Amino acid sequence: MRAWLRQHRLALAAAARKWLAQRGAALLNALALGVALALPAGGYVVLEGLQSLSTRSAIDPQLSVFMRTDAKPEAARQLAARLRGDGRVHRVRLITREDALAALRGTSGLADVVAALGSNPLPDTLVVTVAAGSDGALDQLADELGKAPGVAAAQADALWARRLAAIERVGRLALALVAAILAVGLVAIAFNTIRLQILTQRDEIEVSKLIGATDSFIQRPFLYLGLLQGLSGVMIALALVWAGLALMNTEIAGLARTYGSDFHLPFFSTAEAIALALLAGGLGWAGAYMSVSKYLREIEPK
Amino acid sequence: MISFSAVSKRFPGGKDALRGLTFAVEDGELLFITGHSGAGKSTLLKLIAAIERPSSGSILVNGQNVGALKPAAIPYLRRNLGLVFQDQKLLYDRSVYDNVMLPLAFSDHSPREAARRARAALDKVGLLQRERANPIQLSGGEQQRLAIARAVVNRPSILLADEPTANLDIDSAGQILDIFVAFNRVGVSVLLATHDLALVERYGTRVLRLAEGRQLDEGGSA
Repeated sequence: MRAWLRQHRLALAAAARKWLAQRGAALLNALALGVALALPAGGYVVLEGLQSLSTRSAIDPQLSVFMRTDAKPEAARQLAARLRGDGRVHRVRLITREDALAALRGTSGLADVVAALGSNPLPDTLVVTVAAGSDGALDQLADELGKAPGVAAAQADALWARRLAAIERVGRLALALVAAILAVGLVAIAFNTIRLQILTQRDEIEVSKLIGATDSFIQRPFLYLGLLQGLSGVMIALALVWAGLALMNTEIAGLARTYGSDFHLPFFSTAEAIALALLAGGLGWAGAYMSVSKYLREIEPK
Repeated sequence: MISFSAVSKRFPGGKDALRGLTFAVEDGELLFITGHSGAGKSTLLKLIAAIERPSSGSILVNGQNVGALKPAAIPYLRRNLGLVFQDQKLLYDRSVYDNVMLPLAFSDHSPREAARRARAALDKVGLLQRERANPIQLSGGEQQRLAIARAVVNRPSILLADEPTANLDIDSAGQILDIFVAFNRVGVSVLLATHDLALVERYGTRVLRLAEGRQLDEGGSA
């Protein structure tokens, strides 16, 4: 077991030496892999951020029904009572114009503005949660309520969030396809790099076979080289994604503040970063394995 | 022990390299294999090391039927053989010491024991003082001695040498043969292929003569 571990340690050291011996080419390879990995990795963190945004928002189908400001308070209460008897409606909450003004007054920075108002400009509002159904049913109910007596407007609040979730699902599928294509690219890059390495070390491989080295002994440094390539690509990809997020979050923070939100796109968690490193390292290893399996067989002592 | 029984080797294209070869080499024996270029000397040695496979007949090396070995078993056969070639097959991207260390990389020896063995092998062939040199800096005779050090570092029971003196002057060739004879005296079986009959005659040992793949006769060279 100790001898086996020592051989793996020596193979890893040999791979690291080979990798460092050709710093320029290795760096360019890592850069190519890093850029290829940064695309799906960056897409992933953006979509994860958008998902957290849409789940933080109400996805339940909801309508906001705004009464006319000149409507009597009884009109809102009567409409609420009628809706509670409607089978399509799950829940109704009445926010009176006085409650709405009090809530606005409590909002940071708006107290002075509210105090300056001569009268309460806010209408009575009904927040209607609709029983599960299609977006079409929601729109139909909004149309009906928009025409009800005393109603100024009825608006489907959660629609944007549901559309965002739908866009996110499409984005996730597109991202999976891009990731799959780039994974094949990563394997191909590792395959070709290792092929070139094998060709340049043909003499050493031939001599090693002559003196009794097993195929797995000869393969090992090349497999570790593939692994190192994948890992170096991940390091560059993580750096690119981190830099990209830093730039985007500066702009997003400004936009989010206008909505009173602290929303930002989070970087990978440690577990996600490790998973990405394992995936890329594994793909590099797989490319190297395919290459050594194909080309080592062709080198035999003569 | 090495045993050939009616061994023939035909290469693709129909050329017969060996025809019906039958002979045996006892443990600790020194055998010279002679013959002109194309006689089959190199093919014979390659068959023992499983670099080539026989077309017919059987080859036993230390009880193993070499012709029937699975590819995965061949490296383990070769670890019991020391191979020395006319063109040495040295690696010029590393030092003399690292060339000798190569076979020890896949042995179970500790790093300290591997280093001790490598230096002992270099000492036996008189190259310990050149261990840090690159093989390209060595003379032809020194390069051949380095190839021998690499072949014996794992203490094989059989040494196979294919024209190890071909490109050397008479003095260097004599030194190289003396090294093989010294290893044979400590119990290593040595099979040495050469076309230089004059050199062989100095040792008065068993000779296998080949011509166009056939065994001519066998006997002492004295």
